[in-house]
Amino acid sequence: MAFPGLLNYWFVVILMMIGFFIVIAHGNLVKKIVGLNVFQISVFLFYITMGKVDGGSAPILAEGIEVYSNPLPHVLILTAIVVGVATTALGLALVVRINESYGTIEEDEIGAMEDDA
Amino acid sequence: MIFQHLPILQILIPLLAAPLALLLRTPLLSWALALVASWASLAVSVALLLRVLAEGVVVYELGDWAAPWGIEYRIDALNGFVLIIISLIGAIVVPYAKRSVEAEVQDRRIYLFYTMLLLCMSGLLGITITGDAFNLFVFLEVSSLSTYVLISLGRDRRALIAAYRYLIVGTIGATFYIIGVGLLYMSTGSLNIGDLARLVPALADNRTVQAGMAFLTLGLSIKAAVFPLHLWLPNAYTYAPSAVTVFLAATATKVAVYALIRVVFTIFGGVDLFEAFGVHTTLMMMAIVAMFVGSIVAVYQGNIKRMLAYSSIAQIGYIILGLSFDSVTGVTAGIVHLFNHALTKGGLFMAMGCIALVAGSVRLDDMAGLGKRMPVTMAAFVAGGLSLIGVPLTVGFVSKWYLIKAALEQGSMLIAMLIVLSSLIAVAYVWRVVEVAYFRDPPDGDTAVREAPVSMLVPMLILVGASVYFGIDASTTLDIAGAAAAALMGVGG
Amino acid sequence: MNYKIVIRVVSKFLIPYMLLFALYVQWHGDFGPGGGFQAGVIFAAGFILYGIVFGVGNLRDVVPAWVTRTLLAGGVLLYAGVGVAGMLMGGSFLNYSVLAATPTGGQHLGILLVELGVGVTVAAAMITIFATFSSRER
Repeated sequence: MAFPGLLNYWFVVILMMIGFFIVIAHGNLVKKIVGLNVFQISVFLFYITMGKVDGGSAPILAEGIEVYSNPLPHVLILTAIVVGVATTALGLALVVRINESYGTIEEDEIGAMEDDA
Repeated sequence: MIFQHLPILQILIPLLAAPLALLLRTPLLSWALALVASWASLAVSVALLLRVLAEGVVVYELGDWAAPWGIEYRIDALNGFVLIIISLIGAIVVPYAKRSVEAEVQDRRIYLFYTMLLLCMSGLLGITITGDAFNLFVFLEVSSLSTYVLISLGRDRRALIAAYRYLIVGTIGATFYIIGVGLLYMSTGSLNIGDLARLVPALADNRTVQAGMAFLTLGLSIKAAVFPLHLWLPNAYTYAPSAVTVFLAATATKVAVYALIRVVFTIFGGVDLFEAFGVHTTLMMMAIVAMFVGSIVAVYQGNIKRMLAYSSIAQIGYIILGLSFDSVTGVTAGIVHLFNHALTKGGLFMAMGCIALVAGSVRLDDMAGLGKRMPVTMAAFVAGGLSLIGVPLTVGFVSKWYLIKAALEQGSMLIAMLIVLSSLIAVAYVWRVVEVAYFRDPPDGDTAVREAPVSMLVPMLILVGASVYFGIDASTTLDIAGAAAAALMGVGG
Repeated sequence: MNYKIVIRVVSKFLIPYMLLFALYVQWHGDFGPGGGFQAGVIFAAGFILYGIVFGVGNLRDVVPAWVTRTLLAGGVLLYAGVGVAGMLMGGSFLNYSVLAATPTGGQHLGILLVELGVGVTVAAAMITIFATFSSRER
């Protein structure tokens, strides 16, 4: 097996776990969104890697090139990236409004306020 | 000519109405547009189901690209039925929403409310109608993103937190789903659900396919709030505006369960999953725990919207239990309960919306004497509550009857007993509300009748009436659900 | 804001080229890499740069909220409109081949219009997101 081998997939898994860990372990609402982004980006990388065909060039018609990488996963993940952007924007908008009504974006402080209420 | 385009119109009507509602910007006009769009899509889904029942599977190829290369919309008895659930609830919620939303959402945001409701509707319809696994993800996100916005429109600031939590959990669920789709695509090279169903059995021993199956099931279970992945649901339902709660409780989780059925029974239908991986027992245990935990936690809730939310978790447990039997009767019970529970819970949450509007609170303590002050609403609540319990002559009874029948078919007396026992817990939580509302005097002795506006009462009575009607004459719904189940199991063997 | 003179001059010089490049990516999308999503983001980046350097107030003078809102909905409607046009001219939804006299011509026209719809919506969405967030703190 040539050099990269399954390297990309290892990175996918590592990124995925890092992102997932941040989402679960961090109490700061913005950091959770960042973690969610890392998590989603690992999936983007996964799809892009999947589309690679050994020895294939970029999927643009040109003279003398016969093997192309599969462009479909790239197209799919473009959609997922746009969805990710929308999710991030919406999540941050919610954080802004949470900050306006609670005065904090720390999960435990918000939790403490809700217990009083 | 128009009949040939019905499948795309189903999605297109709400999807086109959404940006138009954004442009109209006035509460009244955007409401009227939503009303027209939701009734039009109800008409389309009825026409589609009739055509499916008469002619069999209806297929529509987008851009005339043949499947499996293009995206196809594929309607059989199962998703035709689910389409009816979504568009029926949508068509009934929109007239109901008018007064409720005026009271609960800021004026300048009302047009956004209807935009988001239409988007959510088209997303849910899209999940149901599409025959393409990745397209399903796109519609899943369309419906999810608009759902987060809808929940955050609630009056209470806790709605923001609920929406945020749902956003995090929902995004993780959806991302799991695309990881699963990616793994299946890697090993089969196809995204078309029918095509996958054909290709997967040969690869059943492939680890990649098995991992894909795990990701798909987990992701969709989060969206469907299958126990123990339900933690986002109670707060989201409790703090969302009443009309949103009605719509979500009746449709959103149902559609996720539908997608789960597609994955388990269609894509992996050819693989003997239940035998091979013990999915059968796992699902059944989770379902039974959900039935009990959901019901018991519901008994201790002071907020009735939250109580009903926990009851929903229990009811999803019943649906999953039906599916886990892996028999035609069991799957029929699950599918028919999708419809029945949508009617019942929709009606109950509508009653809560009326109470929230008139009495200003849905806490149990504030409901004393409501039986006298809001007789119609409380009567509807009682009828809906009876259906949750599963009393004969309501839809709840039909579902439970089939569940018990399926359990006995498997020779499991124990599960049949557990179904009856968990229904008895439902008696406890419904009774608490009845007791306070009917047998306790109003705090200030005020017994003057003050009902919610007619525009809210009529939709509520339609849903509750339907839940009684389909309880007495269940043959229509059972026939369709039976046909859908037979088709699913026919593939699955 | 006089002390930012270098940034102001440079960005004034850059913004037209950013917009031009966005248009190139947009219209060249059917021959090479490019298309509505990318072009929309690059186009919006020009406006966002303007907003960062000259303030959101000035940005909103250039593209008021009603403009972005109309474009946001208009792009989606253009996309769907092309699809409906395909339906009315005898094909399925989003079948471009029937749009013009020859299938190739139709494909050309269809993808161009659809990508235009995507680009318009994405650019408007990006500008809206930026403007909403940055005008929030006051």
